[in-house]
Amino acid sequence: MPSRSALGWGIVFVVLVALAIPWFLWNDASMVAGLPVWVWWHVGWMVVTAAAFAAFARRDWGTFAGVAK
Amino acid sequence: MSALLEISIVAAYMLVALGVGAVAYRVTDRTAEDYYLAGRGLGTGVLLFTTFATLLSAFTFFGGPNTAFSAGPEWILVMGLMDGVLFGLLWYLLGYRQWLLGRAHGYVTLGEMLGDRFGSKTLRGLVAGVSIFWLFPYVMLQQVGAGTALEALTNGTVPYWAGAGFITLFMIAYVVLSGMRGVAWTDTLQGVFMLSMVWLAFAWIASALAAEPGGIGAAMPTEFRALGGGVYSLQWMLSQAIGIAFGVTMFPQVNQRFFVGKSEKVLKRTFALWPVLVVLLFVPAFLLGSWAQGVGLAMPDGGNILPVLLAEYTPGWFAALVVAGALAAMMSSSDSMLLSGASYFTRDLYRPFVNADASEGYENKLGRIGVVVFASATFVASLFTPGTLVSIGETAFGGFAQLALPVGVALYWRNTTRSGMLAGVGGSQLFYLVTVFGPTVYVGGVPVFADAYWGWLPSVVGMAIGLVLTVGVSAVTAQATSEDTSVYFEAAD
Repeated sequence: MPSRSALGWGIVFVVLVALAIPWFLWNDASMVAGLPVWVWWHVGWMVVTAAAFAAFARRDWGTFAGVAK
Repeated sequence: MSALLEISIVAAYMLVALGVGAVAYRVTDRTAEDYYLAGRGLGTGVLLFTTFATLLSAFTFFGGPNTAFSAGPEWILVMGLMDGVLFGLLWYLLGYRQWLLGRAHGYVTLGEMLGDRFGSKTLRGLVAGVSIFWLFPYVMLQQVGAGTALEALTNGTVPYWAGAGFITLFMIAYVVLSGMRGVAWTDTLQGVFMLSMVWLAFAWIASALAAEPGGIGAAMPTEFRALGGGVYSLQWMLSQAIGIAFGVTMFPQVNQRFFVGKSEKVLKRTFALWPVLVVLLFVPAFLLGSWAQGVGLAMPDGGNILPVLLAEYTPGWFAALVVAGALAAMMSSSDSMLLSGASYFTRDLYRPFVNADASEGYENKLGRIGVVVFASATFVASLFTPGTLVSIGETAFGGFAQLALPVGVALYWRNTTRSGMLAGVGGSQLFYLVTVFGPTVYVGGVPVFADAYWGWLPSVVGMAIGLVLTVGVSAVTAQATSEDTSVYFEAAD
């Protein structure tokens, strides 16, 4: 029976992977500040990913790979 | 622009790196653990940059911008998924777990870790053999890249063989001297240098483009603006990102870095910093490639686009600095590969199969001899670049990716058996090798051995086969009495 934190972080990680390539912007050619809009999505998503990773490392690091202490 | 100035810049840079190696030598003691793993004592900054610099190779400066030049900048997203998200997660799932086990049992290589649990010299040798098979040509390709870059930079004053040979000698010198500590420190220097060069080049060119009518937006070719198209299908992008991310974790020089963190805190910080580093390096590097297309530059025959772009917008000394940065990228990958290749060879092949009684002092010497032999052999190969070796080198990521899932299963599933591991590792390697070198086979319109499976690449299909084999065979076989599951699941705390 997975714990609540394992389930929660599992969902977060799946979402991080699933939206790293913004497939919903497929064929979108709009430009924002001189760059394709999906480049900005990438920059933003990496920041979100880093923040999520940092929170996981601080609060729930032992959730998946840890060993019983 | 004189060749002399360019050579001096590159030479000055190398002397600095050699100095760092010499300092590291003075603090390294004469044990295998210290030589190969820097005594398991690297801090966040050094671990982050050594792993990152090791990952990068020449691709960031040459291959990546070339791809963005000819096919569009979508490779940025592939890198984001690959190195920013997936590699980060694997850093945690495989890396942290390996770190715990390495600490508890003193493992130095992946083969050693697997051989211990499954009580199998064969598995240990198989993993090391497979790794060296894929690693050797990959190191050769780095030397080819270095030789070509130096020849181009000096307009042929330094011929290809001399450039490649010089880089090889230089790497041998500091790897033999200082082992992992020297490699890690020079990598950090090289990583910081690369990052600065990319941003300087980016700022320089972006401001030049912004001053032209239409601004930087006009430099992005119209056909590159929309996401997808051309070679970029969703399956292709996902296959590349997944195949390479998993492959990277099993590259000996990266895998061995899972063992070297000083503390849990170091691993945590490094984990969270991956995505940041990915944005900082790849976004500017790849945009430069696409802009070169937009401003109408032409790719030289057999050459690279980035030097052409730099020559157009920046002074010659700066272009030389960037090429030095690219050489730094190649060396920081190759030096680590030499060291890891030598450790796989001495610990997982020589010791168990040839001379089990080798003393610590002898092994220490042998590791260094291994570095010299490995580097010299790849250098000789780089003079001839046989076609077979080139194809092995180019498909190395896929080859390493085949190891990742069996290892992951072994790390987390108690019921994994030795037979399951041998089947998973052996079967997936066999499949992948046949897709790369064998004939294309279709049965009733269904691809059996082919370049693509409904848009997915063979590396990803092979990974699935390896997973099924490892789990399936483990489920129907029993553990041998010499297997010791407890080493992974009880002792590590």
